[in-house]
Amino acid sequence: MRSIIFAFVVVALSVSGCRKKPDPVVPLTPIDTGGINVNDGHLQIVFENMVGSQPLQLNGPSYTNEAGNAFTVSAYKYYISNIKLWRADSTYFTETESYHLINEGLASSKSFLMHDVPLDDYTAITFMIGVDYDRNTTGAQTGALDPANAMFWDWNTGYIMAKIEGTSPGIPSGISFHMGGFEGKDAVMRIVTLQFPEDAKVNGIKTPGVHIKSDVLEWFKTPNLINFNTNNIITSAGPEAAKMADNYADMFTVSHVEN
Amino acid sequence: MKKARTEKTGMLRKAMILVTGIFLFVAACRKDPSITGGDIVNGEEDITFVVPQGWPAPIYNFQNNTLSNEGFELGRKLFYETRLSRDNSTSCGTCHQAFAAFAHADHGVSHGIDNRLGTRNSPPIFNLNWHPSFFWDGGVNHIESQPINPIQNPLEMDETIDNVVNKLKGDETYKAMFKNAFGDETVNSQRIFKALAQFMGMMVSANAKYDKYKRGEAGGEMTATELRGLNVFTNKCADCHKEPLFSDFSMRNNGLPSTAVNDSGRGHITHAIADLYKFKVPSLRNLKYTYPYMHDGRFTTLQQVLDYYTTSAHNSGTVDPLIGANGIALSAQDKGDLIEFLNTLNDESFVKDKRFHEVQ
Ligand code: HEC
Ligand code: HEC
Repeated sequence: MRSIIFAFVVVALSVSGCRKKPDPVVPLTPIDTGGINVNDGHLQIVFENMVGSQPLQLNGPSYTNEAGNAFTVSAYKYYISNIKLWRADSTYFTETESYHLINEGLASSKSFLMHDVPLDDYTAITFMIGVDYDRNTTGAQTGALDPANAMFWDWNTGYIMAKIEGTSPGIPSGISFHMGGFEGKDAVMRIVTLQFPEDAKVNGIKTPGVHIKSDVLEWFKTPNLINFNTNNIITSAGPEAAKMADNYADMFTVSHVEN
Repeated sequence: MKKARTEKTGMLRKAMILVTGIFLFVAACRKDPSITGGDIVNGEEDITFVVPQGWPAPIYNFQNNTLSNEGFELGRKLFYETRLSRDNSTSCGTCHQAFAAFAHADHGVSHGIDNRLGTRNSPPIFNLNWHPSFFWDGGVNHIESQPINPIQNPLEMDETIDNVVNKLKGDETYKAMFKNAFGDETVNSQRIFKALAQFMGMMVSANAKYDKYKRGEAGGEMTATELRGLNVFTNKCADCHKEPLFSDFSMRNNGLPSTAVNDSGRGHITHAIADLYKFKVPSLRNLKYTYPYMHDGRFTTLQQVLDYYTTSAHNSGTVDPLIGANGIALSAQDKGDLIEFLNTLNDESFVKDKRFHEVQ
């Protein structure tokens, strides 16, 4: 417990630490591009949600998890927050108001532009799956964090950091995994760092795109094998949610960088 | 780390105050004079939050939510707005009535939309800025996040946040009020909740006879009976019902036998056996107006409450050691004195404060 609290403090310190470290700011001088669309300091992140090697289709085909249970998916959403972009020299850029809700059911939510990114080459990305402690405890929020997005528990306040809902044969109520809990040992936020296969070049001329895949099957695979016959619903914080967060902590990979 | 954080927030607050100051100045120039919210508007009397003498620092001091007359007036209108419910029938004020110190007079459990009954008693609303958590089970961690539940709860207002925003954003009066309060006409849930927090956070009840007694003011002369009652209270009740707020806001089991509803209280939130049947210690201010009592409104008189406390408490394993299996020892005289004392906690000026009433 103590080590987890400590880990949490370290994460918190590093998040607040990076705010203080001034980013080397490269002045953005207008470049004559002869009519080409100039996007100074933009980088696009694109999320591609997969089931194994297949693109996820909501209310579509039947998939099979590691335990052999058939299932379909009707909703798939998760928060990505506190994004950092790393440079080769281990300095980084921190996105401000860095809260994004990726919703498979809403095409426009699956990619977003990062603004005011200093012109440079970037080698890796760090983000949190979920919403940090601060925004869970400081009252009314807006944008991606608006409780109208139905990713908020109102009876035991806090964000649902990620959710999957769907059906599975023989389970009349279907499957429903709502990952929440931001305090103590059962907190479900997970920090992910992904290296880029090639540098993303933010050069003020063409906006690079970083394509990140998430694999739904990872939710149910390792280290904790989930069998829907015994575990098909999680709707509150606790050890079950924390275990599933350990599972999906490694569900992301960078498929490619488009320069 | 904690210190650094406070300093940071302190600086932030200073910057914010400056910004808001400028902003208010600008907003004031643009204010639409046709919008009147009630008695105290338009700079006649500024809404200011004052911590009563001798009270601890509040937990919520309108951090990130700069208090203003316009914000307060918007919150007041929203509090009495029936469009916050699915069929436009029920407002916050339906279950939190001014004359009942913002509890629901004479209702054991809440009575929502379509006459649907909840399982818990509507608590009164005052001195919320000192509460570390909200609801009987402490499940809500912030005053601004509190209204989300009643709006969405099928047994209360049964509406979606999106619908509420859509209903209000087409309304000219609201557009102007949001602009006056927040600088532009945007209606969103964050602004709704911040305005409601300004209104509810301003509800401070600190002007009962007891308060005058403590401050040594005229009208605070206690009778011998009341003073005996205070003495009993200090010995038998004050550990949980801590002065001056008359609650330490902890979660405790005072030994009430569970009913058919079997409300597990705090246990519902933490799933811990040690938390079963624990409820947030309620304030004892304004009891004259807030009956019936307890989380499910099972008692209608203070005599019943005290008679309960002196019978053996129902031992469900989590009964507070301060009460124990035998209840609290009180003589008939003690009970009479206690009731007299509890009556000195009724703050008539609070329930009559027109600033908190619906604009007619
Ligand atoms: C149908 C009746 C009903 C309506 C409508 C209603 N409430 Fe409540 N309110 C309750 C009940 C019952 C509780 C206690 C809930 C619990 O503990 O689970 C409560 C609790 C509260 C609390 C917490 C008090 C404390 O001491 O913890 C506040 C604040 C509050 N309500 C404000 C509001 C606001 C603001 C609205 C309008 C958006 C509203 N209520 C609408 C019945 C209602
Ligand atoms: C161990 C802590 C504790 C002690 C000691 C205690 N109480 Fe309570 N009291 C509570 C709790 C907890 C509740 C709410 C219980 C519930 O609703 O389930 C409560 C509820 C009440 C209520 C109902 C208030 C309302 O608004 O519904 C009254 C009145 C009350 N207590 C008076 C007293 C008096 C008078 C004494 C001393 C004789 C006393 N209490 C001693 C914890 C305590």
